[in-house]
This record gives sequence, structure tokens and C-alpha cells, in this order.
Amino acid sequence: MPPTAVLNGADLAWMMTSTALVLLMTPALGFFYGGMVGTKNVLNTILMSFATLAYCLVAWALLGYSLAFSPGNALIGGLQWAFLRGVDLTGSQSLGPSIAHVIYMAFQATFAIITTALVSGAIVSRMRIKAYLVFITLWVLVIYGPVAHWVWGGGWLGKLGALDYAGGTVVHVNAGFAALAAALVLGNRTNYGRQAFLPGNVPFTLLGAGILWFGWFGFNAGSAVAANQFAALAFANTFLAPGACAVVWSLLDLLRTGKVTAIGMASGIVVGLVVITPASGFVPPIWGLVMGAIGAIPSYYVILWRAGTRVDESLDVFAAHGVGGATGAILTGVFAVKAWNGVQDGLIAGNPHQVVVQLITVLAAAAYSFVATFVLLKIVGALTPLRATAHEEALGMDPTQHGEEAYTTGEGAILVLHESAEAKV
Amino acid sequence: MKLIVAIVRPDRVNDVLEALYREKVQGLSLSRVQGHGGELDRVETYRGTTVKVELTEKARFEIGVSDHFVDRTVKAIMKAARTGEVGDGKVFVLPVEKVFRIRTGEQDAAAVTPVGVE
Repeated sequence: MPPTAVLNGADLAWMMTSTALVLLMTPALGFFYGGMVGTKNVLNTILMSFATLAYCLVAWALLGYSLAFSPGNALIGGLQWAFLRGVDLTGSQSLGPSIAHVIYMAFQATFAIITTALVSGAIVSRMRIKAYLVFITLWVLVIYGPVAHWVWGGGWLGKLGALDYAGGTVVHVNAGFAALAAALVLGNRTNYGRQAFLPGNVPFTLLGAGILWFGWFGFNAGSAVAANQFAALAFANTFLAPGACAVVWSLLDLLRTGKVTAIGMASGIVVGLVVITPASGFVPPIWGLVMGAIGAIPSYYVILWRAGTRVDESLDVFAAHGVGGATGAILTGVFAVKAWNGVQDGLIAGNPHQVVVQLITVLAAAAYSFVATFVLLKIVGALTPLRATAHEEALGMDPTQHGEEAYTTGEGAILVLHESAEAKV
Repeated sequence: MKLIVAIVRPDRVNDVLEALYREKVQGLSLSRVQGHGGELDRVETYRGTTVKVELTEKARFEIGVSDHFVDRTVKAIMKAARTGEVGDGKVFVLPVEKVFRIRTGEQDAAAVTPVGVE
């Protein structure tokens, strides 16, 4: 990029819009997950997402952004942008030359936030909120920051030639394997395997999936960091792939059970979005449609398989995001076409080496995320208990962790007056 | 014949059902109720409003049994529903004057004996 590049109004407008779109995905995820838990845990589950909007946002602004994106070594960025020093209103040469640096920071913050929130689906209905807040604040710094640096911030996977348009590896493989590690450290919900845990509000899950799709246009098309033809390609693929994935998903449902399920349709949309994320700006639209369709199959069968195992990875973050993200990342190496993306060809266009690069990227992110999350939770667990007691679990996380209920009747609730108010009576 | 009414914690319902099934106690009603025993009050806060929630959700079993089933039914419920904390609930055993099975018109012991059991 020329050093004289100036801010571009269209780019700036699109990137501020994209940032707002991606921010909305985190509350949407809260509803997507919240609908799948019981009514005594719905507030806790939605709050697990909302908490990342607060804690990870602050951690990102203070430290995470610098660790991920400021110039550093192959493994981690430096500290020169810590506390937002140097994150100003001018363009950032290497990252987003035509938009204000502070908007690039904010856009990337929304990715760090949703990635952390994704992990929460593995550990619903049993984690103490205090331990969770410590965990997410550290996770975004210690696990998300380095992986983002490896691929996007000038680290070793980016230099290797990894193609990850909007985060198939950085976001979804990362969150999926962290989720698996978190489920193993936390342990199963009491009575898992004996008692059925049914969704408390399926319409919430559909609502969440719909808003996730809407926000995802910012996620993928915003990853062009400009309002240009690559943003348009990513937008089109984000439009096409989830539809194809949900068609295949519902057909698999239909063949297996004779019925089309609502949660299946919502899951199909989300998995389609996950699968197309790394490929969105790299593959022609017709391959985007094909990728969405193919991408349904591994996640669908991993969900079925997981439900029969003894691992209570409660809301199948691993199957949807770990497996879906890996499928998307590898297929990106198959379907990429340089004539469309201006960067690199994949297998079908005559560059089989790209598939190997994609595999290395997936394996590196998966291994680091799984091991580091496992260790981080063990350390947090040594400082403060991770699990709520069996008694608290029986009452639900909403009353025991938050002192609130999602659906109150007011029956039997006696108003406690403040001392000052009592004095006046 | 007796009517056994048991008020238990909602999260023990599955355990109670399982224990009753093992004792071959068939035929029961289950309802969700709100009640207050001796539990410590739960405090909730909504913005500036703080409330003590004195009614707790409970599950209520009603089981009609013939006399020789009373003991084992009560024992099964007591064992399955117990956590040792305040709020585990109560079991009441009530006398029953008459029982009719609507479908057949059978009365009393015959009416509370499940179909297929002698």
C-alpha cells in the first residue's frame, strides 16, 4: 500500500457498520444458546455472552489488541499499542490503510468478544460466574490474542500462506477446541446421561440464529477492511452458504427422523456460516454454495456421535465450530480461485499445496487452543472453584449466581424496604 | 387403601420416579406446586427492588396404594428425595374412603391395582 494512502469515506462507513453488525452477534449468540438450556439457567447462559461484551472488550482495548496486532515476533505481538497508545484516527499502513486505526481496533475487538462467548456453550448450567469472569478475561488475552496474531497479525501462520478470510481457524477452530477442553475440565452436569436436558425456549434459538446471520455479513464482508469487490464476494458467500447448509441439514433430519426440526434448521444456518467464514472472500459464489452444502455433513454426524459419549460438551460448540471451522478452513484450500480473490489458488485451480497449509493452520490452532485452555482453566480452578455446588446446580444458576429469575411470578415475593425508607414510615 | 401425598424438590423428581419404578409402584399423579416449609429465604434484586422469595417450587406426588404397598412406597420416596438440607419436603399418608376406576367401575383395592398385576 502506498504510504500516502488517505482515509476513504466509503471504507470507513462500511467498517463502522460492520463493527456494529458483528457486535450484535454476541447478544444473538446469547439467545441462540439461551434457548437451548432450561428456564432456571437461561439468564446465566445469555449473560455468559453479555459478560464477554464487557470484560473481553475492556481486556482487548487495554492489552489484547496490542498482543494480537502490533508488530512483534512470529508468536505474539508487542506492547506498543497497549492502553490504546498509537491507536489513533489515521490509517494503519499494514492493517487497514483507508480506515481510522481506532475503528480497526474496534472491529477486531468484536471478533475477540464473540470467539470467547462461543466457548461458553460447552459449560452452561454449572460454572460459577466469578470463575467464568476470570476465565474469559484471561482467555481473550492468552489464547485468542496469540492465535489471531499467528494468522492475521504478522505471525508464523500468516507468513506460511494460511488463508483465513474471517476466522475459520482464528475464531471457530479456536473456540471449538477450547470448548472441548473446558467441558473436560469442568466435568458433566449432575445427572448428565441419566436425565434429559431439554431446551427451555426453542424460539430464542431461532431468533438467535437469525440475528447471527444478519451480523455475520459484517463479520465476513467487513473482513475485507474496505468497501470493495472482495467485500462484495464475501457478502455473497455469506448469503449463499448458510442456505445450502440448512437445506442439507434439514434433509438429513428428514431422512433420519422423518421430521424437520427447528433447532436443526437454526444449527444448519449457523454451521453454514461457520463453514464459509474462512472461505468467504476467497471462493467463487457457486463454490460457496457447494461448501455450505458439504459443510453440513461432518458437523451433523459429530453432533449425533457426541450426544452418545460421556462428554457433556453441552451445546455442541465443538461439533458446530471446531468441526465446522476445520471443514471450512480445509475446503478453502480446495475451492479458492485467484481470479476471484487476487491472492491465491486452491486445489481445484491447480495449487494442491494450499490444502497442506490449511491443514497445518487448523492443527496448530486446535492444539494450542485445546492445551492452553485446559491449563488456563486448571490455574483458574486452583485460585477459585470453577463449579457451582450440586445444590446450586439443582436450584439453577439464575437464582444462585445472579439472584434473579428469567420468568418471575411475584408470588411469595416480599418487598425488602431500604432502611431509609423504613425510617420514614 | 391409602393416599400418599409427597412434596419433594423438583430436582429430585427423576430420582423419586426411578425409585418408585424399582418398587413396582405404578399409577401416580405429579403436579408442580409452590410452597413454603422451613427454608431460608432467597433474596433477589431487580435494579433498586430487593425481594425475599418465600415460596419455593416443589413437586407434589399423589399415589393411591393398597395397604401392603404403603411402607415400601414411603421408604422409596424418603430415600430418593432426601438431600439432608432444609427443604427436602414431606410425605403424608392419608386414609381413603372409596376408590373407583372410571373405565371399569372397579372399586377399592381392585381400582388401585394396576392392570395386569395380581
